[in-house]
Amino acid sequence: MKGYKDYFLRKFAWFLVTLVVAFTLNFILPRLMPGDPVAAITARMAQGLSNATGVQAVYEQYTKLFGTDKPIGEQYVIYIQNVLRGDFGYSISQYPRRVGDVINASIWWTIALQFPAILVGWIIGNTLGVLAAYLRKGFDRFLLPLSIFLSNLPAFGMAVILLVIFAVNLKWFPTSGGYSYDMVPSMSWDFVRSVFFHYQLPFWSIVLITIGGQAIGMRSMAIYELNADYVKYARFLGIKDSKIIRYVFRNAMLPQITGLALSIGTMVGGALVAEIIFSYPGLGSTILTAVLGGDYPLISATTLIISLMVLVAFFALEVLYGLIDPRIKAAQSE
Amino acid sequence: MIYTLKQIFRSSKFLVGFVIFTAILLMVIIYPIVIKDPPLQILSRGTFLPPGIYVSLYDSATSVSRYTLILDDAAARRIATKLGDEERQAMQKWLVRKGVLEDQINIDDTTKLIELWENNFDPQLRVSGMTNADRNYYIRLNTSLEGLLATEGAILAAANASTGALEQKDVINQTDYVNIDEVPNVRVFLLGTDNFGRDVLTELVSATGVSLTIGFVAGTVATTIGLILGLVSGYIGGIVDDVIMFITNLFTVIPSFVLLILISFSIGQDQRGAFTIAVVIGFTSWVWTARAVRAQVISLRNRDHVNLSKLSGHSIAYILLTDILPYIASYVVMALILQISSGILAEAGLSVLGLGPRTTDVPTLGLMMNWAMIYQAHILGKWWAYFPVILTIALISFSMNLMNTGLDQVFNPALRD
Repeated sequence: MKGYKDYFLRKFAWFLVTLVVAFTLNFILPRLMPGDPVAAITARMAQGLSNATGVQAVYEQYTKLFGTDKPIGEQYVIYIQNVLRGDFGYSISQYPRRVGDVINASIWWTIALQFPAILVGWIIGNTLGVLAAYLRKGFDRFLLPLSIFLSNLPAFGMAVILLVIFAVNLKWFPTSGGYSYDMVPSMSWDFVRSVFFHYQLPFWSIVLITIGGQAIGMRSMAIYELNADYVKYARFLGIKDSKIIRYVFRNAMLPQITGLALSIGTMVGGALVAEIIFSYPGLGSTILTAVLGGDYPLISATTLIISLMVLVAFFALEVLYGLIDPRIKAAQSE
Repeated sequence: MIYTLKQIFRSSKFLVGFVIFTAILLMVIIYPIVIKDPPLQILSRGTFLPPGIYVSLYDSATSVSRYTLILDDAAARRIATKLGDEERQAMQKWLVRKGVLEDQINIDDTTKLIELWENNFDPQLRVSGMTNADRNYYIRLNTSLEGLLATEGAILAAANASTGALEQKDVINQTDYVNIDEVPNVRVFLLGTDNFGRDVLTELVSATGVSLTIGFVAGTVATTIGLILGLVSGYIGGIVDDVIMFITNLFTVIPSFVLLILISFSIGQDQRGAFTIAVVIGFTSWVWTARAVRAQVISLRNRDHVNLSKLSGHSIAYILLTDILPYIASYVVMALILQISSGILAEAGLSVLGLGPRTTDVPTLGLMMNWAMIYQAHILGKWWAYFPVILTIALISFSMNLMNTGLDQVFNPALRD
């Protein structure tokens, strides 16, 4: 077991280092933006204030509030301290809301939308991929081009097409939002139903995109495995096909699990754009308003949260890998 | 070499992808030679003109010779376009109340419907159960129908310069026609106009060119960085390998799209040209190429011919270029193709977020999509503003991936059909 402990510790140290770098990038990059967002908020807040010293006073008050009067190194230290306490400061574009509140209101929508969608797409895609590899002719000939085409539709393209067909033309589902605009979030039956209806289109647009990429990857892996020596040997031994398929599936599965982490990592980008198309109240729409408003505290925080989610997904999978991959198992017990 | 090329073109997947891609490329090259309009010129007032042929009304009424055509169904057609579904249903309702059998009424057949109406409608008649407002509605409907059915022409008049009174200049009869070839001002908008009143087709072709360039620059930057880092870290190994792999791992885990958002945001709107965006995309997407190249180089570096080269005292650069690169060339080409198509997708994603190239100099596919979304073309049913864009993006990346799959099957016999 000592080997395992080392493995996890090494992975965890790696996780921490990456986190620090990601954190720093998230802090510095948005602050390099030219222009002064604090001036914008001052202009908004000091509307109607005619004398210059008054405006100056308001401006100084806000620079103090956002901490932009201090050198960037000092800001960084303060930022770390605040974030450790769970305080991301004030949002500029949605002032006086706090960044923490803005994110808290949106992140659960994103998590509840994306993780199930990616998971469902991943399962369907991999099943189709194995089937395509095993059946080859016929099914494969039809499935492969279709998957390639599906996975090449940009995420927002798929979202728009579903939206036009099912929401605008057929009117089966609403066009935008996370729930009906005349409702207040509550645990009532009506609200849950409304959320369910609004959930369908964003959900399936992500699922469909994921299916394509996963099916292609799984097909190649499975074909590769089907041609491996152990499969031929098993055939010579007269082992039943259904049993061989199970072995093949398990072996081809390993890289696909990394694929799952990767698709969580990369899909975050595409799926956020899909959220914007549906005006889904998740992180995607939050990033959009933050970008439009030059709101760097909010941008820092949202991108940090996304990086963190992806990092945790990777870390969890590496731990899982250590448990299920016989090669890592063997390396650790030496 | 020729044999390999022959084999590549024998792969049906590669061929299909190649044909689609070449068609798009030819369109981008030839279209601007034929139609020289600047792509961002605003041609119409009002947004989202539907696709079609636009004929100058002034020219066709004043400066062109007229022909008289006697066409039987002309009047019916004229009315058919003016009569909405709502009016048709109202007419049917009245006729049914009057006592006409419902199966005799076909509201899609305008001629018959008008005929029935003319024969049966009686403004004096009081139908039981009809409110006064409804009755007045039908009387108004009838009057406007009579206006439509009138056979007089429309009068063109001009103001007299001295008195200001209108004087009749000309009459346009209902049977007057013009030959469209003789009208000096006819404009074809095959895909309508966008929210600014620009020709969507011209803009789309130009945007496709720009997006392909962005993809190409991004792909080249990414592949070059990935290739160099992969070659160096794989071949030299040791501490160099450790450092490069550290950076690579770091960039693997931080989602590249997040990095892309952060960098584009920090550059600021004014500095973001199409080229800058392309380079930024390239700098955030080299990771997978670097990893794959490194893995392949490691498997190659102890081959006999490499060792022989080393013993002969060749430099590292020489060995990398002549002894290792040829072996991974096919892989690098495939990686480049994938990078180009994902670069195009990345630009589109960024632009939809409002972080794409600045909007004033060139159109890109992402920017066109962004504007269509901002002006809600998808909700309003203006399909020509967004659907061709999505289709073009999908076709570009579909064709490149097909080519890639085809190449993969040629170079990787295990995957062959």
